[in-house]
Amino acid sequence: MSVVEPILNYEYPDEKGHFGPYGGIFVAETLMHALDELNRTYQRFKCDPDFLDRFDQDLKHYVGRPSPLYFAQRLTAHCKGARIFLKREDLNHTGAHKINNTVGQALLAQHLGKPRIIAETGAGQHGVASATVAARLGLECVVYMGSEDIIRQSSNVYRMKLLGAEVVPVTSGSKTLKDALNEALRDWVANVDSTFYIIGTVAGPHPYPEMVRDFNSVIGREARQQILEQAGRLPDVLVACVGGGSNAMGLFYPFITDESVLLHGVEAAGEGLDTGRHAAPLNAGKVGVLHGQRTYLMEDENGQIIQTHSVSAGLDYPGVGPEHAWLKDIGRAQYSAATDIEALEAFHLLTRLEGIIPALESSHALAHALKLAPTMAEDQIIIVNLSGRGDKDIHTVARIEGIDV
Amino acid sequence: MSRLEMKFSELRGLNKAALVTFITAGDPSPDITVPLMHALVDAGSDVIELGVPFSDPMADGPVIQAASERALAAGVTTTDVIELIRGFRENDKSTPIVLMGYLNPIEIMGYEDFASSIADAGADGIIVVDMPPEEGVELGGVLKAQGIDNVHLLAPTSTADRIRLVCDDASGFIYYVSLRGVTGAATLDLGEVRSRLAAIRVHTNLPLGVGFGIDSPAAAAEAAEFADAVIVGTALVRIVAENSDSPETLIRKASAFIESMSSAMDLAARNEAAAE
Repeated sequence: MSVVEPILNYEYPDEKGHFGPYGGIFVAETLMHALDELNRTYQRFKCDPDFLDRFDQDLKHYVGRPSPLYFAQRLTAHCKGARIFLKREDLNHTGAHKINNTVGQALLAQHLGKPRIIAETGAGQHGVASATVAARLGLECVVYMGSEDIIRQSSNVYRMKLLGAEVVPVTSGSKTLKDALNEALRDWVANVDSTFYIIGTVAGPHPYPEMVRDFNSVIGREARQQILEQAGRLPDVLVACVGGGSNAMGLFYPFITDESVLLHGVEAAGEGLDTGRHAAPLNAGKVGVLHGQRTYLMEDENGQIIQTHSVSAGLDYPGVGPEHAWLKDIGRAQYSAATDIEALEAFHLLTRLEGIIPALESSHALAHALKLAPTMAEDQIIIVNLSGRGDKDIHTVARIEGIDV
Repeated sequence: MSRLEMKFSELRGLNKAALVTFITAGDPSPDITVPLMHALVDAGSDVIELGVPFSDPMADGPVIQAASERALAAGVTTTDVIELIRGFRENDKSTPIVLMGYLNPIEIMGYEDFASSIADAGADGIIVVDMPPEEGVELGGVLKAQGIDNVHLLAPTSTADRIRLVCDDASGFIYYVSLRGVTGAATLDLGEVRSRLAAIRVHTNLPLGVGFGIDSPAAAAEAAEFADAVIVGTALVRIVAENSDSPETLIRKASAFIESMSSAMDLAARNEAAAE
């Protein structure tokens, strides 16, 4: 375990959206005004008691918060080491942590008087969460989704349509999440007066990384209070999967000045970090600029963004939120990676031992916890963010195992 | 005096707007780019805007993104683009070349390396689409040191504060994005563009170019009445896409299209001169 430098004051991003050298605003002039307007609105509302109260009420009565912190007794016994607790974001309305952020951004959209929201989605969870809040607030909703992902996640596509959203297939580039993000940005450029763009992760130009982190930090605030109540002490390690990194930032952020708590992010190693077929920019990428931010990227030697691979569509993104890049560089968090096979093993193990079917994304975090727990003492504590439920993934898992569902 | 300054000053003397033609370097293959650039100049193009292929061109529409994808599929790298510029300069010492691209391929090369390489090859300016002045202080300094003009975009949504900021940071010319959208989107309200340009002129003496949505000789002629440069991109790239299997046809049709634009602009300039 590495020694972490004391972080007494952690005030990021700065007012221009920088986390050290990362983050910022790297967009065409056509979007600068919209981002400026969004930032001014967010900086005002994030301290507005009425707005925060409305947000809390929605989290409680619509999302179903607080989500439980569950002691996974049989999983702990299986690992013969640290006690493993699961933060049950899978029990939220729509089945993942994504709804926390969409509820917050939809409230902002309403305050700005924008009748139309757009979103990008990979696994479909953020698209479903956006379509859900749009339905509830009576807003028009358009979701951009890579045509490859539409095939992988057909049930979520149908859910979005049921909720009244228009799902637009994106056939450019690699036809996955990054291309959906490009397409959503283009829509926003063209329709900026009427449209609010709900980005689903802690990535993109300022203020999105800060705003999405803040809306998701309810995860960590609850977990901190819950573990103090249940165990009487802070955890030793937090574990969360990292694609863009919103569930991880949401869990980590309220613990960031608790020096004794180690933060472990887990990227998708796909078929293995040495195969090149993965989605692990923090482990095996380089610093560059994409989607409005400076961060670690999966890119070739000419600066072209390369295709990522993961069994989990939600982790299949060539970048990562800029705050994770900064936490890595300053050593406050450490980032490993789990392969497709390790994630699938963890998926099955949790299902059989605890009766909880985890999302394939969250299974990456579980896979890391399974390696970590046996190396720790029995009185130590790991909290794993169970960021989503696996119902959406059963077809993928069945297909891999040659079963026709 | 830079090539861009010389070109704009020469055209001002003739009371003409510059015709700027955009193609993506290496689209559909690197062999065609230099002959196509010469053909465009012969057809009346005053400035060549050369797209540097990028995998994720988020400010461009589907037509120009597809051009990037074709060039990348043909294996074109930023180094290849620089060699294409050098190749063009062997036979054309005067037509300005302005690159258009995104930051990531520049960052991976390093600002110094990139700027000195393009300057050495004979480029004159660059538009880095996703680099606003706020983030661009370092790159701006490096480009200036190499004598490369830092061409910036302004948009219909740019506020007065942003117009001032962008004008102070820009050199070469200002590229006014005449549509609320990506390249090649929707239709154009030239009346609105005319009044926006007048508002921008208060803040700068730089030439003002109009791009996004100029797809016909008539639109080019109208924009030439109040802009210093008229930029044709998507409409030209579409011709490249439709004729990518035959280099001769591609060059013939692209030339004919640019000639029609250029003649319409010349005619408009003569009519205006006669009216005065």
